[in-house]
Amino acid sequence: MGTETEFGISVQGQPLANPMVASSRVVNAYASSSVRARRARWDFEEESPLRDARGFDMSRQVADASQLTDEDLGLANVILTNGARLYVDHAHPEYSTPECTTPRDIVLWDKAGEQVALDACRFAAANGQATGEPEIVLYKNNTDNKGASYGSHENYLMRRATPFADIVKNLTPFFVSRQVVCGAGRVGLGQDGRGVGFQISQRADFFEVEVGLETTLKRPIINTRDEPHADPGKYRRLHVIIGDANLAETSTYLKVGTTSLVLAMIEDRFLEAELAVRRPVQTLHEVSHDPGLSHLLELHDGRRLTAVQLQWEYLHRAQAYVDQTLGGDVDRQTRDVLERWESVLTRLERDPMECADELDWVAKLRLLEQYRDRDGLEWDDAKLAMIDLQYSDLRPQKGLYHRLVALGRMKRLLEDAEVEQAMHEPPSDTRAYFRGRCLDKYADAVAAASWDSVIFDLPGHESLQRVPTVDPLRGSRAHVGALIDSCDDAVSLFAALTRSTA
Amino acid sequence: MAQEQKQPRKSSEEEEPVDGAPAPEASVSERKEKLDDDIDDILGEIDDVLETNAEDFVKSFIQKGGQ
Repeated sequence: MGTETEFGISVQGQPLANPMVASSRVVNAYASSSVRARRARWDFEEESPLRDARGFDMSRQVADASQLTDEDLGLANVILTNGARLYVDHAHPEYSTPECTTPRDIVLWDKAGEQVALDACRFAAANGQATGEPEIVLYKNNTDNKGASYGSHENYLMRRATPFADIVKNLTPFFVSRQVVCGAGRVGLGQDGRGVGFQISQRADFFEVEVGLETTLKRPIINTRDEPHADPGKYRRLHVIIGDANLAETSTYLKVGTTSLVLAMIEDRFLEAELAVRRPVQTLHEVSHDPGLSHLLELHDGRRLTAVQLQWEYLHRAQAYVDQTLGGDVDRQTRDVLERWESVLTRLERDPMECADELDWVAKLRLLEQYRDRDGLEWDDAKLAMIDLQYSDLRPQKGLYHRLVALGRMKRLLEDAEVEQAMHEPPSDTRAYFRGRCLDKYADAVAAASWDSVIFDLPGHESLQRVPTVDPLRGSRAHVGALIDSCDDAVSLFAALTRSTA
Repeated sequence: MAQEQKQPRKSSEEEEPVDGAPAPEASVSERKEKLDDDIDDILGEIDDVLETNAEDFVKSFIQKGGQ
Protein backbone atom coordinates (compact mmCIF):
# COMPACT_ATOMS: atom_id res chain seq x y z
CA MET A 1 0.00 0.00 0.00
CA GLY A 2 0.95 3.64 -0.24
CA THR A 3 -0.39 7.15 0.31
CA GLU A 4 -0.39 10.34 -1.74
CA THR A 5 -0.56 13.81 -0.24
CA GLU A 6 -1.39 16.99 -2.16
CA PHE A 7 -0.18 19.86 0.00
CA GLY A 8 -1.95 23.18 0.25
CA ILE A 9 0.43 25.91 -0.90
CA SER A 10 0.63 29.57 -0.10
CA VAL A 11 3.04 32.25 -1.27
CA GLN A 12 3.43 34.68 1.60
CA GLY A 13 1.89 38.03 0.79
CA GLN A 14 0.69 36.90 -2.66
CA PRO A 15 -2.64 35.11 -2.29
CA LEU A 16 -3.14 35.12 -6.05
CA ALA A 17 0.29 33.79 -7.00
CA ASN A 18 0.19 31.05 -9.63
CA PRO A 19 0.15 27.84 -7.58
CA MET A 20 1.71 25.79 -10.36
CA VAL A 21 4.69 28.11 -10.48
CA ALA A 22 5.02 28.02 -6.71
CA SER A 23 4.65 24.23 -6.59
CA SER A 24 7.32 23.86 -9.25
CA ARG A 25 9.65 26.14 -7.35
CA VAL A 26 9.30 23.94 -4.29
CA VAL A 27 9.72 20.60 -6.04
CA ASN A 28 12.56 21.85 -8.24
CA ALA A 29 14.33 23.28 -5.24
CA TYR A 30 14.24 19.92 -3.50
CA ALA A 31 15.34 18.12 -6.62
CA SER A 32 18.32 20.34 -7.26
CA SER A 33 19.38 20.84 -3.65
CA SER A 34 19.02 17.42 -2.17
CA VAL A 35 19.40 15.17 -5.15
CA ARG A 36 22.80 16.55 -6.15
CA ALA A 37 23.80 16.26 -9.78
CA ARG A 38 21.70 13.32 -10.80
CA ARG A 39 18.38 14.98 -11.04
CA ALA A 40 18.17 15.45 -14.80
CA ARG A 41 18.43 11.70 -15.19
CA TRP A 42 15.58 10.93 -12.87
CA ASP A 43 12.64 12.48 -14.42
CA PHE A 44 10.61 9.86 -16.18
CA GLU A 45 8.38 12.20 -18.09
CA GLU A 46 10.95 14.62 -19.31
CA GLU A 47 14.33 14.30 -20.90
CA SER A 48 15.20 17.88 -21.57
CA PRO A 49 18.46 18.88 -19.92
CA LEU A 50 17.10 22.42 -19.86
CA ARG A 51 14.37 21.43 -17.46
CA ASP A 52 16.41 22.45 -14.48
CA ALA A 53 17.06 25.84 -15.90
CA ARG A 54 13.41 26.32 -16.75
CA GLY A 55 12.41 25.41 -13.24
CA PHE A 56 14.56 28.15 -11.85
CA ASP A 57 13.88 30.81 -14.41
CA MET A 58 11.87 32.91 -12.01
CA SER A 59 11.81 36.07 -14.06
CA ARG A 60 10.19 34.21 -16.90
CA GLN A 61 7.76 32.49 -14.61
CA VAL A 62 6.67 35.65 -12.96
CA ALA A 63 6.44 37.51 -16.24
CA ASP A 64 3.82 35.31 -17.81
CA ALA A 65 2.55 33.37 -14.87
CA SER A 66 -1.07 33.55 -15.94
CA GLN A 67 -0.28 32.15 -19.37
CA LEU A 68 1.81 29.23 -18.21
CA THR A 69 0.45 25.76 -18.62
CA ASP A 70 1.71 22.51 -17.15
CA GLU A 71 3.62 21.90 -20.34
CA ASP A 72 5.32 25.27 -20.38
CA LEU A 73 6.46 24.80 -16.84
CA GLY A 74 7.80 21.30 -17.37
CA LEU A 75 6.21 20.47 -14.06
CA ALA A 76 8.75 18.91 -11.80
CA ASN A 77 8.65 15.21 -11.15
CA VAL A 78 11.35 13.36 -9.23
CA ILE A 79 11.86 9.95 -7.69
CA LEU A 80 13.66 9.95 -4.37
CA THR A 81 16.17 7.50 -2.94
CA ASN A 82 13.53 6.38 -0.43
CA GLY A 83 11.47 5.14 -3.38
CA ALA A 84 8.91 7.94 -3.10
CA ARG A 85 7.78 10.37 -5.79
CA LEU A 86 7.70 14.16 -5.39
CA TYR A 87 5.99 16.13 -8.13
CA VAL A 88 3.48 18.78 -9.07
CA ASP A 89 -0.09 17.69 -9.55
CA HIS A 90 -3.15 19.89 -10.07
CA ALA A 91 -1.47 23.02 -8.77
CA HIS A 92 -0.22 21.34 -5.59
CA PRO A 93 3.08 19.76 -4.65
CA GLU A 94 2.41 16.08 -4.11
CA TYR A 95 4.36 13.37 -2.31
CA SER A 96 3.62 9.68 -2.87
CA THR A 97 5.11 7.26 -0.39
CA PRO A 98 7.05 4.24 -1.57
CA GLU A 99 5.16 0.95 -1.48
CA CYS A 100 4.89 -0.32 2.10
CA THR A 101 3.49 -3.50 3.64
CA THR A 102 2.55 -2.35 7.16
CA PRO A 103 0.58 0.55 8.64
CA ARG A 104 3.52 1.66 10.74
CA ASP A 105 5.71 1.87 7.63
CA ILE A 106 3.04 4.01 5.99
CA VAL A 107 3.12 6.40 8.95
CA LEU A 108 6.91 6.46 8.75
CA TRP A 109 7.22 7.20 5.03
CA ASP A 110 4.22 9.54 5.14
CA LYS A 111 5.91 11.54 7.91
CA ALA A 112 9.16 11.40 5.93
CA GLY A 113 7.18 13.06 3.13
CA GLU A 114 6.26 15.96 5.42
CA GLN A 115 9.94 16.47 6.15
CA VAL A 116 10.81 16.25 2.45
CA ALA A 117 8.16 18.89 1.71
CA LEU A 118 9.45 21.06 4.53
CA ASP A 119 13.01 20.80 3.27
CA ALA A 120 11.77 21.60 -0.22
CA CYS A 121 10.32 24.86 1.12
CA ARG A 122 13.56 25.66 2.92
CA PHE A 123 15.59 25.08 -0.23
CA ALA A 124 13.15 27.18 -2.24
CA ALA A 125 13.47 29.96 0.34
CA ALA A 126 17.27 29.81 0.12
CA ASN A 127 17.10 29.94 -3.68
CA GLY A 128 14.59 32.76 -3.59
CA GLN A 129 16.48 34.93 -1.16
CA ALA A 130 18.85 36.26 -3.80
CA THR A 131 16.02 37.24 -6.12
CA GLY A 132 13.70 38.44 -3.37
CA GLU A 133 11.11 35.70 -3.89
CA PRO A 134 8.54 35.49 -1.10
CA GLU A 135 8.46 32.50 1.21
CA ILE A 136 6.33 29.50 0.27
CA VAL A 137 4.48 27.64 3.01
CA LEU A 138 2.89 24.20 2.69
CA TYR A 139 -0.16 22.92 4.57
CA LYS A 140 -1.17 19.31 5.06
CA ASN A 141 -4.90 19.80 4.84
CA ASN A 142 -7.63 19.28 2.25
CA THR A 143 -9.55 22.48 1.73
CA ASP A 144 -9.20 26.26 1.58
CA ASN A 145 -12.74 26.65 2.97
CA LYS A 146 -13.70 28.52 -0.18
CA GLY A 147 -14.89 25.58 -2.24
CA ALA A 148 -11.60 23.99 -3.27
CA SER A 149 -10.46 20.59 -2.07
CA TYR A 150 -7.31 18.62 -2.76
CA GLY A 151 -6.71 15.05 -1.82
CA SER A 152 -4.78 12.70 0.31
CA HIS A 153 -5.22 9.29 -1.20
CA GLU A 154 -4.52 5.77 -0.09
CA ASN A 155 -3.72 2.88 -2.39
CA TYR A 156 -4.20 -0.78 -1.56
CA LEU A 157 -3.16 -3.72 -3.66
CA MET A 158 -6.05 -6.14 -3.95
CA ARG A 159 -6.68 -9.44 -5.66
CA ARG A 160 -8.23 -8.97 -9.06
CA ALA A 161 -10.49 -11.95 -8.41
CA THR A 162 -12.43 -10.02 -5.76
CA PRO A 163 -15.61 -8.72 -7.41
CA PHE A 164 -15.71 -4.94 -7.36
CA ALA A 165 -19.33 -5.04 -6.26
CA ASP A 166 -18.24 -6.78 -3.03
CA ILE A 167 -15.80 -3.96 -2.38
CA VAL A 168 -18.47 -1.31 -2.92
CA LYS A 169 -21.03 -3.05 -0.69
CA ASN A 170 -18.77 -3.76 2.23
CA LEU A 171 -16.44 -0.80 2.14
CA THR A 172 -18.96 2.01 1.77
CA PRO A 173 -20.39 1.80 5.33
CA PHE A 174 -16.84 1.58 6.63
CA PHE A 175 -15.82 4.74 4.78
CA VAL A 176 -18.96 6.56 5.91
CA SER A 177 -18.03 5.88 9.54
CA ARG A 178 -14.21 5.69 9.75
CA GLN A 179 -13.91 9.48 9.89
CA VAL A 180 -14.67 9.31 13.63
CA VAL A 181 -11.24 7.70 13.92
CA CYS A 182 -9.23 9.36 11.16
CA GLY A 183 -10.96 12.67 10.41
CA ALA A 184 -8.70 15.71 10.55
CA GLY A 185 -11.34 18.17 11.79
CA ARG A 186 -12.58 21.29 10.06
CA VAL A 187 -14.05 24.68 10.97
CA GLY A 188 -16.90 25.47 8.58
CA LEU A 189 -19.69 23.45 7.01
CA GLY A 190 -20.39 22.85 3.34
CA GLN A 191 -17.91 22.88 0.47
CA ASP A 192 -17.34 26.61 0.71
CA GLY A 193 -17.16 26.47 4.50
CA ARG A 194 -19.83 29.13 4.94
CA GLY A 195 -21.93 27.05 7.29
CA VAL A 196 -21.05 27.82 10.89
CA GLY A 197 -19.62 25.13 13.12
CA PHE A 198 -17.03 22.39 13.50
CA GLN A 199 -17.07 19.08 11.65
CA ILE A 200 -15.06 15.89 11.96
CA SER A 201 -13.77 15.58 8.40
CA GLN A 202 -11.95 17.92 6.01
CA ARG A 203 -13.14 16.03 2.96
CA ALA A 204 -16.64 14.68 3.69
CA ASP A 205 -18.59 17.62 2.25
CA PHE A 206 -16.79 17.27 -1.09
CA PHE A 207 -18.19 13.81 -1.76
CA GLU A 208 -21.26 13.77 -3.94
CA VAL A 209 -21.74 10.28 -5.35
CA GLU A 210 -21.37 6.69 -4.18
CA VAL A 211 -19.19 5.18 -6.91
CA GLY A 212 -17.32 6.71 -9.81
CA LEU A 213 -14.15 7.41 -11.71
CA GLU A 214 -13.86 11.14 -11.06
CA THR A 215 -11.45 12.52 -8.50
CA THR A 216 -11.71 16.28 -9.01
CA LEU A 217 -15.46 16.80 -9.21
CA LYS A 218 -18.49 14.73 -8.29
CA ARG A 219 -16.12 12.89 -6.02
CA PRO A 220 -17.24 9.34 -5.22
CA ILE A 221 -16.99 7.51 -1.90
CA ILE A 222 -15.56 4.56 -3.83
CA ASN A 223 -13.27 5.50 -6.67
CA THR A 224 -13.08 3.15 -9.62
CA ARG A 225 -9.71 4.17 -11.06
CA ASP A 226 -8.08 0.97 -12.17
CA GLU A 227 -4.39 1.36 -12.83
CA PRO A 228 -2.67 -1.36 -10.84
CA HIS A 229 1.03 -0.59 -11.56
CA ALA A 230 1.31 -4.37 -11.27
CA ASP A 231 0.11 -7.45 -13.16
CA PRO A 232 -3.49 -6.47 -13.99
CA GLY A 233 -4.44 -10.12 -14.31
CA LYS A 234 -3.66 -10.69 -10.64
CA TYR A 235 -4.15 -7.35 -8.95
CA ARG A 236 -6.13 -4.20 -8.80
CA ARG A 237 -5.04 -1.05 -7.00
CA LEU A 238 -7.88 0.25 -4.91
CA HIS A 239 -7.51 4.03 -5.11
CA VAL A 240 -9.10 5.51 -2.00
CA ILE A 241 -9.80 9.23 -2.30
CA ILE A 242 -12.04 9.78 0.71
CA GLY A 243 -9.47 10.14 3.49
CA ASP A 244 -8.34 13.31 5.24
CA ALA A 245 -4.71 14.37 5.33
CA ASN A 246 -3.58 13.42 8.83
CA LEU A 247 -0.78 14.81 10.94
CA ALA A 248 -1.44 12.75 14.07
CA GLU A 249 0.48 9.52 13.74
CA THR A 250 -2.22 7.42 15.40
CA SER A 251 -4.82 8.77 12.95
CA THR A 252 -2.75 7.72 9.93
CA TYR A 253 -1.83 4.40 11.53
CA LEU A 254 -5.44 3.46 12.25
CA LYS A 255 -6.67 4.84 8.93
CA VAL A 256 -4.55 2.45 6.88
CA GLY A 257 -4.42 -0.33 9.47
CA THR A 258 -8.17 -0.68 9.89
CA THR A 259 -8.85 -0.22 6.17
CA SER A 260 -6.34 -2.97 5.34
CA LEU A 261 -8.11 -5.32 7.72
CA VAL A 262 -11.50 -4.57 6.20
CA LEU A 263 -10.12 -5.13 2.69
CA ALA A 264 -8.59 -8.45 3.75
CA MET A 265 -12.00 -9.51 5.07
CA ILE A 266 -13.61 -8.49 1.79
CA GLU A 267 -11.05 -10.48 -0.20
CA ASP A 268 -11.66 -13.53 1.94
CA ARG A 269 -15.42 -13.08 1.73
CA PHE A 270 -15.64 -12.79 5.46
CA LEU A 271 -18.05 -9.85 5.30
CA GLU A 272 -21.55 -9.98 4.02
CA ALA A 273 -23.31 -6.82 3.09
CA GLU A 274 -25.37 -6.67 6.27
CA LEU A 275 -23.87 -3.33 7.34
CA ALA A 276 -25.05 -1.38 4.29
CA VAL A 277 -26.27 2.12 5.23
CA ARG A 278 -29.11 4.02 3.63
CA ARG A 279 -28.23 7.21 1.71
CA PRO A 280 -24.46 6.86 2.18
CA VAL A 281 -23.48 10.25 0.76
CA GLN A 282 -25.89 12.20 2.92
CA THR A 283 -24.99 10.03 5.90
CA LEU A 284 -21.30 10.71 5.32
CA HIS A 285 -21.98 14.44 5.67
CA GLU A 286 -24.21 13.95 8.71
CA VAL A 287 -21.58 11.91 10.52
CA SER A 288 -18.99 14.57 9.81
CA HIS A 289 -21.27 17.32 11.11
CA ASP A 290 -21.79 15.51 14.41
CA PRO A 291 -18.68 15.82 16.59
CA GLY A 292 -20.84 14.81 19.55
CA LEU A 293 -20.98 11.36 17.92
CA SER A 294 -24.66 10.84 18.67
CA HIS A 295 -26.14 10.86 15.15
CA LEU A 296 -27.89 7.60 14.28
CA LEU A 297 -27.16 6.03 10.90
CA GLU A 298 -29.88 3.98 9.28
CA LEU A 299 -28.90 0.56 8.03
CA HIS A 300 -30.70 -1.23 5.23
CA ASP A 301 -31.83 -3.88 7.68
CA GLY A 302 -33.56 -1.23 9.77
CA ARG A 303 -31.02 -0.97 12.58
CA ARG A 304 -29.97 2.46 13.76
CA LEU A 305 -26.37 2.83 14.94
CA THR A 306 -23.99 5.65 15.68
CA ALA A 307 -20.88 5.88 13.53
CA VAL A 308 -18.84 4.60 16.46
CA GLN A 309 -21.19 1.63 16.87
CA LEU A 310 -20.85 0.88 13.17
CA GLN A 311 -17.07 0.93 13.62
CA TRP A 312 -17.52 -1.53 16.51
CA GLU A 313 -19.36 -3.85 14.11
CA TYR A 314 -16.37 -3.82 11.79
CA LEU A 315 -13.95 -4.21 14.68
CA HIS A 316 -15.77 -7.25 16.07
CA ARG A 317 -15.73 -8.88 12.66
CA ALA A 318 -12.05 -8.07 12.24
CA GLN A 319 -11.27 -9.62 15.62
CA ALA A 320 -13.15 -12.79 14.66
CA TYR A 321 -11.49 -12.81 11.23
CA VAL A 322 -7.99 -12.53 12.67
CA ASP A 323 -8.76 -15.23 15.25
CA GLN A 324 -10.12 -17.62 12.68
CA THR A 325 -7.58 -17.10 9.92
CA LEU A 326 -4.42 -16.44 11.92
CA GLY A 327 -5.16 -17.72 15.40
CA GLY A 328 -1.97 -17.66 17.45
CA ASP A 329 0.08 -16.68 14.39
CA VAL A 330 -1.17 -13.12 14.33
CA ASP A 331 1.68 -10.68 13.86
CA ARG A 332 2.34 -8.04 16.47
CA GLN A 333 1.25 -5.13 14.36
CA THR A 334 -2.09 -6.61 13.36
CA ARG A 335 -2.76 -7.27 17.03
CA ASP A 336 -1.69 -3.73 17.85
CA VAL A 337 -4.04 -2.25 15.23
CA LEU A 338 -6.94 -4.22 16.70
CA GLU A 339 -6.09 -3.15 20.24
CA ARG A 340 -5.68 0.52 19.40
CA TRP A 341 -8.84 0.49 17.30
CA GLU A 342 -10.73 -0.96 20.27
CA SER A 343 -9.18 1.48 22.70
CA VAL A 344 -10.00 4.48 20.54
CA LEU A 345 -13.62 3.39 19.99
CA THR A 346 -14.06 2.76 23.71
CA ARG A 347 -12.85 6.23 24.57
CA LEU A 348 -14.72 7.97 21.74
CA GLU A 349 -17.91 6.42 23.05
CA ARG A 350 -17.21 7.52 26.63
CA ASP A 351 -15.97 11.01 25.86
CA PRO A 352 -14.28 11.92 22.56
CA MET A 353 -11.96 14.31 24.43
CA GLU A 354 -10.17 11.27 25.83
CA CYS A 355 -8.63 10.90 22.36
CA ALA A 356 -7.43 14.50 22.20
CA ASP A 357 -3.77 13.52 22.40
CA GLU A 358 -4.00 10.90 19.66
CA LEU A 359 -6.52 11.81 16.94
CA ASP A 360 -6.36 14.89 14.71
CA TRP A 361 -9.99 15.95 14.82
CA VAL A 362 -10.23 15.68 18.59
CA ALA A 363 -6.91 17.45 19.15
CA LYS A 364 -8.06 20.28 16.91
CA LEU A 365 -11.50 20.45 18.53
CA ARG A 366 -10.00 20.57 22.03
CA LEU A 367 -7.74 23.46 21.06
CA LEU A 368 -10.63 25.32 19.41
CA GLU A 369 -12.88 24.78 22.43
CA GLN A 370 -10.18 26.08 24.74
CA TYR A 371 -9.89 29.23 22.65
CA ARG A 372 -13.67 29.57 22.59
CA ASP A 373 -13.75 29.31 26.38
CA ARG A 374 -10.90 31.69 27.04
CA ASP A 375 -11.69 34.32 24.42
CA GLY A 376 -15.47 33.87 24.21
CA LEU A 377 -15.37 33.16 20.48
CA GLU A 378 -18.32 32.12 18.34
CA TRP A 379 -17.79 29.42 15.70
CA ASP A 380 -17.79 32.00 12.91
CA ASP A 381 -14.87 33.91 14.38
CA ALA A 382 -11.99 34.19 11.90
CA LYS A 383 -9.55 33.25 14.61
CA LEU A 384 -10.99 29.74 14.81
CA ALA A 385 -10.78 29.34 11.02
CA MET A 386 -7.18 30.47 11.26
CA ILE A 387 -6.39 27.94 13.99
CA ASP A 388 -7.90 25.24 11.77
CA LEU A 389 -5.61 26.22 8.88
CA GLN A 390 -2.55 26.77 10.98
CA TYR A 391 -2.91 23.36 12.59
CA SER A 392 -1.69 21.92 9.29
CA ASP A 393 1.20 24.33 8.63
CA LEU A 394 4.22 22.05 8.08
CA ARG A 395 6.71 24.40 9.76
CA PRO A 396 7.63 23.15 13.22
CA GLN A 397 7.62 26.65 14.73
CA LYS A 398 4.29 27.72 13.23
CA GLY A 399 2.28 24.56 12.70
CA LEU A 400 -0.11 24.07 15.62
CA TYR A 401 0.00 20.29 15.36
CA HIS A 402 3.76 20.54 15.75
CA ARG A 403 3.41 22.97 18.64
CA LEU A 404 1.05 20.56 20.41
CA VAL A 405 3.61 17.78 19.95
CA ALA A 406 6.35 20.04 21.30
CA LEU A 407 4.16 20.93 24.30
CA GLY A 408 3.69 17.24 25.06
CA ARG A 409 0.03 17.28 24.07
CA MET A 410 0.17 14.72 21.25
CA LYS A 411 1.35 11.13 21.50
CA ARG A 412 3.67 9.91 18.78
CA LEU A 413 4.43 6.46 17.38
CA LEU A 414 7.72 7.32 15.72
CA GLU A 415 11.14 8.67 16.63
CA ASP A 416 12.56 11.68 14.77
CA ALA A 417 15.68 9.72 13.84
CA GLU A 418 13.78 7.03 11.95
CA VAL A 419 11.76 9.66 10.08
CA GLU A 420 14.99 11.37 9.07
CA GLN A 421 16.33 8.05 7.82
CA ALA A 422 13.11 7.30 5.90
CA MET A 423 13.54 10.57 3.96
CA HIS A 424 16.48 8.91 2.21
CA GLU A 425 16.11 5.15 2.57
CA PRO A 426 13.40 2.91 1.12
CA PRO A 427 11.35 0.26 2.92
CA SER A 428 13.17 -3.07 2.73
CA ASP A 429 10.30 -5.37 1.84
CA THR A 430 8.87 -4.11 -1.46
CA ARG A 431 10.13 -3.18 -4.95
CA ALA A 432 10.66 0.35 -3.59
CA TYR A 433 13.87 -1.10 -2.14
CA PHE A 434 15.26 -1.88 -5.60
CA ARG A 435 14.16 1.50 -6.98
CA GLY A 436 15.56 3.47 -4.07
CA ARG A 437 18.86 1.62 -3.88
CA CYS A 438 19.42 1.96 -7.64
CA LEU A 439 18.75 5.69 -7.49
CA ASP A 440 21.12 6.00 -4.59
CA LYS A 441 23.97 3.78 -5.77
CA TYR A 442 23.81 4.03 -9.57
CA ALA A 443 22.37 7.51 -9.93
CA ASP A 444 24.35 8.38 -13.03
CA ALA A 445 23.17 5.27 -14.84
CA VAL A 446 19.46 5.57 -14.06
CA ALA A 447 17.72 7.32 -16.92
CA ALA A 448 14.24 7.07 -15.46
CA ALA A 449 12.17 5.23 -12.94
CA SER A 450 8.51 4.65 -12.21
CA TRP A 451 6.46 2.45 -9.94
CA ASP A 452 6.88 -0.55 -12.19
CA SER A 453 10.30 -0.10 -13.76
CA VAL A 454 13.81 1.23 -13.45
CA ILE A 455 15.39 2.29 -16.74
CA PHE A 456 19.16 2.28 -17.11
CA ASP A 457 21.34 4.16 -19.54
CA LEU A 458 24.43 1.97 -19.68
CA PRO A 459 27.74 2.54 -21.40
CA GLY A 460 28.11 0.14 -24.30
CA HIS A 461 24.34 -0.13 -24.83
CA GLU A 462 22.76 1.75 -27.73
CA SER A 463 19.30 1.82 -26.22
CA LEU A 464 17.99 2.28 -22.70
CA GLN A 465 17.64 -0.91 -20.68
CA ARG A 466 14.40 -1.34 -18.79
CA VAL A 467 14.20 -3.49 -15.68
CA PRO A 468 10.53 -4.15 -14.99
CA THR A 469 9.40 -4.31 -11.37
CA VAL A 470 5.90 -5.58 -11.98
CA ASP A 471 5.55 -7.54 -8.78
CA PRO A 472 5.31 -5.07 -5.87
CA LEU A 473 6.78 -7.62 -3.46
CA ARG A 474 9.83 -8.48 -5.56
CA GLY A 475 12.93 -6.32 -5.55
CA SER A 476 13.01 -6.35 -1.76
CA ARG A 477 16.19 -6.46 0.30
CA ALA A 478 15.82 -10.23 0.61
CA HIS A 479 15.75 -10.54 -3.18
CA VAL A 480 18.29 -8.01 -4.36
CA GLY A 481 20.06 -6.58 -1.31
CA ALA A 482 23.14 -8.78 -1.57
CA LEU A 483 23.24 -8.37 -5.33
CA ILE A 484 23.23 -4.57 -5.14
CA ASP A 485 25.82 -4.70 -2.36
CA SER A 486 28.10 -6.77 -4.55
CA CYS A 487 27.76 -4.77 -7.78
CA ASP A 488 29.91 -1.67 -7.87
CA ASP A 489 28.33 -0.28 -10.99
CA ALA A 490 25.08 -0.49 -12.91
CA VAL A 491 26.67 -2.46 -15.74
CA SER A 492 27.52 -5.35 -13.46
CA LEU A 493 24.12 -5.13 -11.76
CA PHE A 494 22.34 -5.26 -15.08
CA ALA A 495 24.49 -8.18 -16.26
CA ALA A 496 23.75 -10.07 -13.05
CA LEU A 497 20.02 -9.38 -13.31
CA THR A 498 19.78 -10.53 -16.91
CA ARG A 499 21.82 -13.64 -16.11
CA SER A 500 19.54 -14.57 -13.27
CA THR A 501 16.36 -14.10 -15.29
CA ALA A 502 17.72 -15.67 -18.52
CA MET B 1 -27.42 24.32 15.03
CA ALA B 2 -26.21 21.20 16.71
CA GLN B 3 -22.86 22.69 17.48
CA GLU B 4 -23.00 22.70 21.22
CA GLN B 5 -20.30 20.25 22.09
CA LYS B 6 -18.70 22.01 24.96
CA GLN B 7 -15.74 20.16 26.22
CA PRO B 8 -16.29 18.51 29.56
CA ARG B 9 -14.09 20.34 31.97
CA LYS B 10 -13.59 17.53 34.43
CA SER B 11 -11.16 14.73 34.02
CA SER B 12 -12.53 11.29 34.88
CA GLU B 13 -10.23 11.28 37.88
CA GLU B 14 -12.14 14.15 39.40
CA GLU B 15 -15.49 12.54 38.88
CA GLU B 16 -14.72 9.52 40.98
CA PRO B 17 -14.93 9.80 44.75
CA VAL B 18 -11.70 8.88 46.44
CA ASP B 19 -12.23 6.11 49.01
CA GLY B 20 -11.23 6.96 52.53
CA ALA B 21 -9.77 10.30 51.57
CA PRO B 22 -10.88 13.40 53.43
CA ALA B 23 -13.39 15.59 51.69
CA PRO B 24 -11.68 16.28 48.39
CA GLU B 25 -13.34 19.68 47.87
CA ALA B 26 -10.19 21.70 48.21
CA SER B 27 -7.95 19.40 46.23
CA VAL B 28 -10.43 19.17 43.40
CA SER B 29 -10.58 22.91 43.05
CA GLU B 30 -6.82 23.06 43.36
CA ARG B 31 -6.47 20.53 40.62
CA LYS B 32 -9.01 22.35 38.55
CA GLU B 33 -6.99 25.50 38.98
CA LYS B 34 -3.85 23.63 38.02
CA LEU B 35 -5.59 22.29 34.92
CA ASP B 36 -6.75 25.78 33.98
CA ASP B 37 -3.23 27.05 34.52
CA ASP B 38 -1.90 24.36 32.22
CA ILE B 39 -4.42 25.29 29.56
CA ASP B 40 -3.52 28.95 29.97
CA ASP B 41 0.14 28.08 29.57
CA ILE B 42 -0.52 26.09 26.44
CA LEU B 43 -2.75 28.71 24.89
CA GLY B 44 -0.12 31.28 25.80
CA GLU B 45 2.46 29.30 23.84
CA ILE B 46 0.07 28.93 20.92
CA ASP B 47 -0.76 32.68 21.04
CA ASP B 48 2.91 33.38 20.43
CA VAL B 49 2.95 31.61 17.07
CA LEU B 50 -0.53 32.46 15.74
CA GLU B 51 -0.63 34.62 12.65
CA THR B 52 -1.49 38.17 13.62
CA ASN B 53 -4.42 39.08 11.42
CA ALA B 54 -6.87 36.20 11.40
CA GLU B 55 -9.28 37.85 8.99
CA ASP B 56 -6.55 38.51 6.38
CA PHE B 57 -4.89 35.19 6.89
CA VAL B 58 -8.07 33.23 6.33
CA LYS B 59 -9.09 35.35 3.34
CA SER B 60 -5.76 35.01 1.59
CA PHE B 61 -5.59 31.23 1.88
CA ILE B 62 -6.86 30.45 -1.60
CA GLN B 63 -6.26 27.12 -3.27
CA LYS B 64 -6.96 25.60 -6.65
CA GLY B 65 -8.91 22.37 -6.47
CA GLY B 66 -7.02 19.12 -6.74
CA GLN B 67 -7.95 15.47 -6.80
